[in-house]
Amino acid sequence: MAGAAHLLSATRLNRLFNAGELSAVEIVEAFLNRIQKVDPKINAFITVAGEQALARAKKLDARRKGGAGELGSLAGVPIAVKDNICTDGIRTTCASRMLEEYIPPYDATVVERLQAAGAIIIGKTNMDEFAMGSSGEHSAMQPTRNPWNLEKIPGGSSSGSAAAVAAAEAPAALGSDTGGSIRQPAAMCGVVGLKPTYGLVSRHGVVAFASSLDQVGPLARNVEDCARVFEVIAGPDRRDATNAGRYPQPVKLGGEPSLKGVRLGVPREYFGSGIDPEVKACLEEAIAHLEELGASVEECSLPHTEYALSAFYIIAPAEASANLARFDGVRYGYRTPQAGTLNEMYEKTRQEGFGAEVKRRIMIGTYALSSGYYDAYYKKAQQVRTLVVRDFATAFAKYDALVTPTSPVPAWNLGEKMDDPLQMYLADVCTIPVNLAGLPAVSVPCGMAGGMPVGMQLIGKQFDDPKLLQYAWAFEKTTSYHEARPALDQGGQ
Amino acid sequence: MATQWESVIGLEVHVELSTKTKVWCSCKNEFGAEPNTNVCPVCLALPGSLPVLNAQALEYAMKAGLALNCEIASYSKFDRKNYYYADLPAGYQISQYDLPLCRGGYVEITLKDGTTKRIRLHHIHLENDAGKLVHAGDDVASATTSLVDLNRAGVPLIEIVTEPDMRSAEEALAFLTKLRSIVKWIGVSDAKMEEGSMRCDINISLRPKGSQEFGTRAEVKNVNSFSAAVRAIEYEIKRQAAILESGGQVEQETRSWQDAKGISVTLRTKEQAEDYRYFPDPDLPPVVLTPEDVEAVRGKLPELPDSVMARLTQEYGLSAYDASVIVAEKEYAQWFDEAVKLAGKEYAKSIANWQINELNRVMNAKGLGPDQIPLRPEQLVGMLQLMEKGTITGKIAKTVFEKMVESGKDAETIVKEEGLSQVADEAELRKLAEEVVASNPKGVEDWKAGRKGAAQWFVGQIMKKTRGRANPQLAMKLVEEALEKATSQE
Repeated sequence: MAGAAHLLSATRLNRLFNAGELSAVEIVEAFLNRIQKVDPKINAFITVAGEQALARAKKLDARRKGGAGELGSLAGVPIAVKDNICTDGIRTTCASRMLEEYIPPYDATVVERLQAAGAIIIGKTNMDEFAMGSSGEHSAMQPTRNPWNLEKIPGGSSSGSAAAVAAAEAPAALGSDTGGSIRQPAAMCGVVGLKPTYGLVSRHGVVAFASSLDQVGPLARNVEDCARVFEVIAGPDRRDATNAGRYPQPVKLGGEPSLKGVRLGVPREYFGSGIDPEVKACLEEAIAHLEELGASVEECSLPHTEYALSAFYIIAPAEASANLARFDGVRYGYRTPQAGTLNEMYEKTRQEGFGAEVKRRIMIGTYALSSGYYDAYYKKAQQVRTLVVRDFATAFAKYDALVTPTSPVPAWNLGEKMDDPLQMYLADVCTIPVNLAGLPAVSVPCGMAGGMPVGMQLIGKQFDDPKLLQYAWAFEKTTSYHEARPALDQGGQ
Repeated sequence: MATQWESVIGLEVHVELSTKTKVWCSCKNEFGAEPNTNVCPVCLALPGSLPVLNAQALEYAMKAGLALNCEIASYSKFDRKNYYYADLPAGYQISQYDLPLCRGGYVEITLKDGTTKRIRLHHIHLENDAGKLVHAGDDVASATTSLVDLNRAGVPLIEIVTEPDMRSAEEALAFLTKLRSIVKWIGVSDAKMEEGSMRCDINISLRPKGSQEFGTRAEVKNVNSFSAAVRAIEYEIKRQAAILESGGQVEQETRSWQDAKGISVTLRTKEQAEDYRYFPDPDLPPVVLTPEDVEAVRGKLPELPDSVMARLTQEYGLSAYDASVIVAEKEYAQWFDEAVKLAGKEYAKSIANWQINELNRVMNAKGLGPDQIPLRPEQLVGMLQLMEKGTITGKIAKTVFEKMVESGKDAETIVKEEGLSQVADEAELRKLAEEVVASNPKGVEDWKAGRKGAAQWFVGQIMKKTRGRANPQLAMKLVEEALEKATSQE
């Protein structure tokens, strides 16, 4: 069993570890072997923390043998962590040349919480640089490839986290989601991804892209694992002033899968032009299935959806332009070897240290905040944001959740949209409004389009994350989409 | 006739709050620690770190606002002020742009001639200080290396912005002095300009006397002491007057005061002004305060200088200026109050005199701060009581005062030990009077010739012999008697 441990779910690994049937060392070794075997093809990891993971596994095994009692709901479970989440002593690069050698002196709150629950950090996953991108191709290291088809992108920016979970290099992973960066790659890699309610998961130690939108969340191969990780990482944290200061309601999974009495809205704006017909067909089938499960389904409207993308591409870059100002070559990170003056050092360090997409967004954000443009751009975008929030509030007066595609298109070919940033931005059109409103949303596999996975997004009210997971679980339990594994797995492990 | 210019002055004063910890993190807020020892991921702006507002910094800023008669905003927020500099780790300062914590307010100043004036405040906002750069070389320009010390990065600051209400360097100085007194008084800052915990930028313009329009202003930065503020204002008035009188126009610019040279130089012109791209800080929720929150902080304030000043002038009859000197420091006022409590209300004026003149002189000479008053109130009161009883003369009192400061002993002990009590023994003084009269026939002649001043000279001789201890009225009476006697015997 130990050799095939990488095929097991987080929940099952935890049970086997607690029962003494699998040691943490055996589990970690199985995943390290798997990573060694498949990751050269996928590039899901920037750093594999093998040594640290094994050391921790040994400690956990000793504690379990010593009868240390309850070791936590993730005891013995390896977790991959997106490389914009700080890990004490483990390099945290944000997939940027700027932080290529940067080793944080502290753990992010989510990492502390994972470890307190007995999880083992197995490595740091690849991403679009500073979480800016929807394909993984903006990594300064190398692009991550989609385990379902190595010529396709895995989605982004949590590309490595989604790909690692899909390729069974980790049972679960942490990603971060600013405009869809957990849900979109989860959909494209055929895994489950949750973007929690803004403020439910601490951002302390998460390298900021856009502070009012960023939220850390789990990716896993099933809803149960996703919920398990979510319950560990969510909760109060005084070190994040935007934290809601509360725990979520317990996630209750199990029993007869049913959606009786659940009112679902289907916003028509999410099914407009630009949606891939196969994706649309998958969603229609999924919606029919939700009805079969007892949900009442109704078409509805979120009229300001079409402006959300534009507002996002003002607000997020504006915040990013300030958030990324600290990368100046003075205290840590990359510093240009050739600069005469302080200003030259800033210019060259940032010119050489940041990739093209990051620089594009810093410039957009700087422009939008400039004197004379602030009202026309930033202020206007915030007003749009308010309208988007109101759209959702109106819808949630009638519905318990909204159903949409996670991405209007399945994974595209590597390189296909690299020269067309706007096309790339459009891939996030279904996920971005959720971040603007600070709402929870989960993506679950709901079919295949052109041989690539398709995800269904369920959007909920603020703090309704547990309900969303319960709906997603009912859908998953009565479908088999999540059981499909990429071809990588065929013919053995 | 040459135009009479009126200067219009507004100040932006930065005051570091003396909180235990920094404003966005729990690093110690202390002056003079080893470089880069009071730092953490937050104040170093390491990736992933987040600011959290220090409740004590908010309370101190509210206290300052209340003591300066401001309205505390029920809703205020923090904004990022973006600029690059090596002493600013995040690349932005967290400040308050359009919705500051405190609005309006004023400071009453008292000028030397006893007149008072109200200087209005525009607002007060809360922000963080930057770190400190140490340049290896004489100045930034010639430095080959610059070292960064981030101990100060993240120290809470309030910026107090006045309306352009001051009209002279004296008024500006009076404002700064009063402001320092208040913030120290309420315990929110040590306000030491020499340690940089209080700093000010000066906005100044000229206009023809009588005009209601404002002229073009220049902002003067790098003013590091009260006296430098006075010099910088006086220099700027002369500089702008010279430009205007030669028919030129004052440029709107930022200037840097060079105290050693006594001049200011252009730092940047209006065109070079930076665009700080302010926007609301998404890491910090707005500050929402109820009237109860505000009243709770108000309840923690001590009696404020203006109230003490009213008490001193109304109850004790002190002049406005004397009272303003006593309330300049909380310690002075407390010292005064304690002395009056011991001695009684009727002593208030003489306590004030001794405190303002003698005690201040001694402290200035010794370079002592207000927290180092070298005399206990009961010492002064004891001395005043000895004077009242006639035990010592006013002249001896000055000697006793000096000795009290030197030794810390009380007046009675000193008078006893040194034999300084007044000689009021009539027989003893009569003997002395007769002696000096007898041994100075020339003086007797003068007196006889009608030069009555000669009697004073004889009293002086008695004072000399008694080392000032003779009761002056008695001595005069006895000298006159001795002179009468001497001349009538002829």
